[in-house]
Amino acid sequence: MLRYLASRIFQGFLVLFALYTITFFLVKAMPGDPFTGEKNIPEDVKRNMREQSGLNDPLFVQYLNYPKEVLLKGSFNYSIKKRRPVVEIIAQAFPASFVLGISALIFAVMLAIPIGVISALRKNSWVDYSGMAIAMVGICVPSFVIGPLLQIGIATRVPILKIAGWDSPIDIVLPAITLGLATAAYLARLTRGGMLEILSQDYIRTARAKGLSTGRIMIVHALRGGLIPSVAFIGPAFATLISGSFIVESIFQVPGMGQHFVNAIVDRDEFLVLGLALFYGFLVVIMNLVADLLVGFLNPRVRIAELDG
Amino acid sequence: MSRVKLNHITDDDLVEGTSLGRDAWLRLRKNRVAMISLWLLTAVVILCFVVAWFCTDPNVINLTNKFASPSAEHWLGTDQLGRDLFSRILYGGQISMLVGFVATAVTLLIGISYGAVSGYMGGRPDSLLMRIVDTLYAIPFLVLVIILKVVIAGLVTDLAGWTVENFGWNKEFVFRFANIIPLFITIGALGWLTLARITRAQILSIKNQEFVEAARSLGLSDRRILFRHIVPNTVGTAIVYATLTIPSFILYEASLSYLGMGVEAPNSSWGILIKEGANFLETQPSLLIIPGLFFSVTLFSLNFLGDGLRDALDPKASKD
Amino acid sequence: MPIRFPHSVRAAVLAAIAALTGCGGPSPVEKATAEKTLLLGNGAEPQGLDPHLVSGVIESNIIRALFEGLCVEHPSENGKPLPGVAESWEANERFTDWTFHLRKDAQWSDGHPLTAHDFIFAFQRILNPRLGSEYSFMLYYIIGAEDFHQEHRSKVICAEDPELPTPWETVEKEVNLSGNPEAAEGSFDQKGLDHLSTDELRQLKADPSLLSWPESIPENTRSFLIDHLVAFDESGESLWDRIGVAATAPDDHTLEVKLRGPMPFLPELTKHYTWFPLPEHVIHQFGAEESRFTDWTLPGNLVSNGAFTLKSWRINDHIEIVKNPRYWDAETVQLNAIRYFPISNVYTEARMFFNDQLHATYALGPELIAYSREHFPKELRNELYLGSYFIRCNVTRSPLSNPKVRLALSLAIDRQSVIDNILQGGQQPARGLVPPSGEYQSPDLVYFDPEEARRLLAEAGYPDGKGFPDIRFLTTDRESAKRGAEALQGMWKEHLNISVGIDQMEWATYLSTMFKKEYDLAAGGWIGDYLDPTTFLDMWLKDGGNNRTGWFNRDYERMLREAEQIADPLARYQKLQDAERLLLEERPILPLYWYTRNYLLHSDVKGWHPLLLDNHPFKFVSLESSHQ
Repeated sequence: MLRYLASRIFQGFLVLFALYTITFFLVKAMPGDPFTGEKNIPEDVKRNMREQSGLNDPLFVQYLNYPKEVLLKGSFNYSIKKRRPVVEIIAQAFPASFVLGISALIFAVMLAIPIGVISALRKNSWVDYSGMAIAMVGICVPSFVIGPLLQIGIATRVPILKIAGWDSPIDIVLPAITLGLATAAYLARLTRGGMLEILSQDYIRTARAKGLSTGRIMIVHALRGGLIPSVAFIGPAFATLISGSFIVESIFQVPGMGQHFVNAIVDRDEFLVLGLALFYGFLVVIMNLVADLLVGFLNPRVRIAELDG
Repeated sequence: MSRVKLNHITDDDLVEGTSLGRDAWLRLRKNRVAMISLWLLTAVVILCFVVAWFCTDPNVINLTNKFASPSAEHWLGTDQLGRDLFSRILYGGQISMLVGFVATAVTLLIGISYGAVSGYMGGRPDSLLMRIVDTLYAIPFLVLVIILKVVIAGLVTDLAGWTVENFGWNKEFVFRFANIIPLFITIGALGWLTLARITRAQILSIKNQEFVEAARSLGLSDRRILFRHIVPNTVGTAIVYATLTIPSFILYEASLSYLGMGVEAPNSSWGILIKEGANFLETQPSLLIIPGLFFSVTLFSLNFLGDGLRDALDPKASKD
Repeated sequence: MPIRFPHSVRAAVLAAIAALTGCGGPSPVEKATAEKTLLLGNGAEPQGLDPHLVSGVIESNIIRALFEGLCVEHPSENGKPLPGVAESWEANERFTDWTFHLRKDAQWSDGHPLTAHDFIFAFQRILNPRLGSEYSFMLYYIIGAEDFHQEHRSKVICAEDPELPTPWETVEKEVNLSGNPEAAEGSFDQKGLDHLSTDELRQLKADPSLLSWPESIPENTRSFLIDHLVAFDESGESLWDRIGVAATAPDDHTLEVKLRGPMPFLPELTKHYTWFPLPEHVIHQFGAEESRFTDWTLPGNLVSNGAFTLKSWRINDHIEIVKNPRYWDAETVQLNAIRYFPISNVYTEARMFFNDQLHATYALGPELIAYSREHFPKELRNELYLGSYFIRCNVTRSPLSNPKVRLALSLAIDRQSVIDNILQGGQQPARGLVPPSGEYQSPDLVYFDPEEARRLLAEAGYPDGKGFPDIRFLTTDRESAKRGAEALQGMWKEHLNISVGIDQMEWATYLSTMFKKEYDLAAGGWIGDYLDPTTFLDMWLKDGGNNRTGWFNRDYERMLREAEQIADPLARYQKLQDAERLLLEERPILPLYWYTRNYLLHSDVKGWHPLLLDNHPFKFVSLESSHQ
């Protein structure tokens, strides 16, 4: 187990380095530069601006400089546009995204897993159909519609809920619902599918035939295997949720990471893009590791040793 | 944990493919919800791909007649620029269905094979393949879109222009569809990652089951075992996932069209109609609701049909 | 045992019950009005608060409240500067030499006295080429400022030297002074003679071939230039003093500025943040003055001299500024605080306003203008704004290289219909490029006439649009941009029978495509920086930088140059009008409409009047509850 973890952590570093390399060259390949603005800037002024961010160096030097700064000084450089340390920007934005993401995930899991399980058990009954219909609403109605609907329909009627803003804990409710619904829909569908798969497996049938009560079969056998697709999905989905969503953040004025992800790219703010990509990559690596461990735990047939050679 | 050894492989699977299809159809026909869905879906397809050609031009603007209510001339009224909403929905449906199905098909193909191979091989190859997925997962998608727009879109336009010149195809028609090719490439490039992870997780749980051991002992090749015996067990999840990705790709198309990828103005798609309609939530909600209804009916049908298909195709289901 | 809730929980539950049953407390706006805190939507997260390193309206809204220049805006009258840091000012007859008398009680928010030297420091900093300010050109009116900013060292040091072997005109034309962007990265040729460091100059002295010299410059001229530049660097004299940039502080409370041309509206210009003083003592504390990456503008560090000081700043959340007790005119200031919210989603912003969460919105979407007209008629503001929307034509490409085609495209646009049906904000159809401001009237040359348009297109060789090549209209990724583009596309199809494709691109791609002139038609707009037609006309000079159409005209350049030297305002306007007429006759740009500002303003807000530049002086704004 320890060897497995060590190897995965080592692999994680490789992933981050590969990610850095790809992102670095992609960012350089985008048209425009951080100083492209509506007002023209004379070339020598631009050169002076680039100079202060080290952007006049040859490409390869720049490519090596960044990891050097990161590893030796722990510095992720400054955002070129906002002129603040990248670390500081992420540190300001991540808490909001994290809280929102966790709330959305909890909401999604609480809503989706029961619906998925019950739908599978009562397959093709009205319970199943209405459960899946609810899930489909979460898919068919995009967040840029759900958000405004919640604002108009609920926030205007319930005095403690605001249209948008991020001051008190109650402000989490509407964005979390908006963000969580789509995830809930995926989860409910995947849980139902996974459960059906397991319920039709022979060992479950046998257990049923042996006269074990439905409840026990459910918990002991079916749920463990039935949740595998959901857990595999939650891993990366969780990383996505806690790293923010541009749409939800802009609808509800949440000072999270999603807006930075989009704006940094639109601004061609290289160091912020790199910092955010690496941070997100870090989350993905961690979450996928956790998800893999969970899958191993849920499914005794997958031995940890086998997850990795 | 009780497990019972049972061999999953029957000769039926391998030989009598046609009878399996017929059985499936018979089973599907008994599923009322799935059949209703099938009919609805057929109706939408006919509307979009047949009836649409008899409708008014979806791009003719009449600014003085914007937001008109339904009338004999405009069955569903007009939009913010006075264009006929009904024909915009039908023409938009062509694009959106194409995007939904093709992009999903690409995703399924790559995602399932990748995940299956990775999970089945295990060991170092598996680690490598999955770490590649992790890496791709974190690449900022928007950056990729902006670059692909610049790189591919020009090529595709040239290609489309070439077909118009050399084959005399209808220019507007060609360009309307040519513009979504870069979109397929973009979505195809990164859309399959989650599916690959899900498939792999399932393969891991299946590959040590007894029927696989049995197949091995029969001396079947790895490829045959994987794609004939193991992968079919993951198809259920894949179908479920596909019915989920179709709507998200359709909506994605709308976001990307604003970045110059996907449908080009003034042409419509369902995603674009919904996105534009969302701006009129307070003022003209019908612009959101009507396209939204077409979109939802199609997706609900797809979804329930997908479930029905899954049941019908599952050889084990008949034993329930 | 009875269960005891902690107080806070009980209070929260009670509050929740109260809220859910509708007995909620006052709304955020009611509360803020009582506390005299103004809640403002402000469009987006500012790029920063350093007045020398920003260029947008969003930043200006905050900076204007924090800092104060020589003059301040009048709360209700356009183009009528009130005394700011300057108590009084006077100019000579030609409006070229100005003297500003600073008030003695002006001070920074940390109690440090504010003197004329803070202005000089600020001017030196914004003109320092190392800083890389985008807006330095706003000070180019000062004699010597441009030479300093562009480091015209050879010119300053050698041009007047009688011993220079080659005439200066030849040197200026032939020698690579300012650098060649196409030359190899890091080479001397790329930097140019004027931009070389002392070390590089010494290297060049040893080996003059490091820079490519033209044949026409003899050996002795080359070494003369290099020697004098090295000598100057070694003397340690500052370029500013050597040039004698004409901004000086004879004493702590007097600022003298000499301009290179008459400028009756200089006080107007000093309201712009590029002319503001900066606290030298604070900036030096946090790093070099030319560093772009210091913390001096963060809360706790920022020291300002305006009516407010910075209290808190959370990225993408809010910026709060509070009343500055050390402000010289603190008695006038009625507000205790202003909270700026960077709300980029206009629908969210409007809904927040409708739900009593904001005193004013930054913008208002076209759909919501009509809605507000019906539901919030009292709050809806519709004000003239100094901005002009136009379409750029790439005149370097056929068919838009033909002025007749450009004119035809322009004549086929039904501007009133675009305004009434799409923009819906009461904009004015453009009759020229420069929107009405003060005495200036733009020549009335832009109108809608489809007949004439067809005739011109036929004359250009495309009767009824036959044979007209496919052209593309470049625009941005906004939904409103798309709607407008679709309407224009429809009009050109209907009236001229030509097909124009639409290219939507995200902002930076849109800009770089436009810069590279890889477009046919491109949507564009311009907001005036100050109340004078030149803010719109200067951009079409050949080297105007914001031209991007490939168009230029010698007569046009000459007229603008002549106008620069005319002291009489009316005669000057006449000259500028002639220039604009010429521009419109050639029509490298197709003006569409003049902007209006549409936004929502709560009735609690007092002292807020329509202003052409939309730069409301917050020191005169107050809050009073309008309903008891």
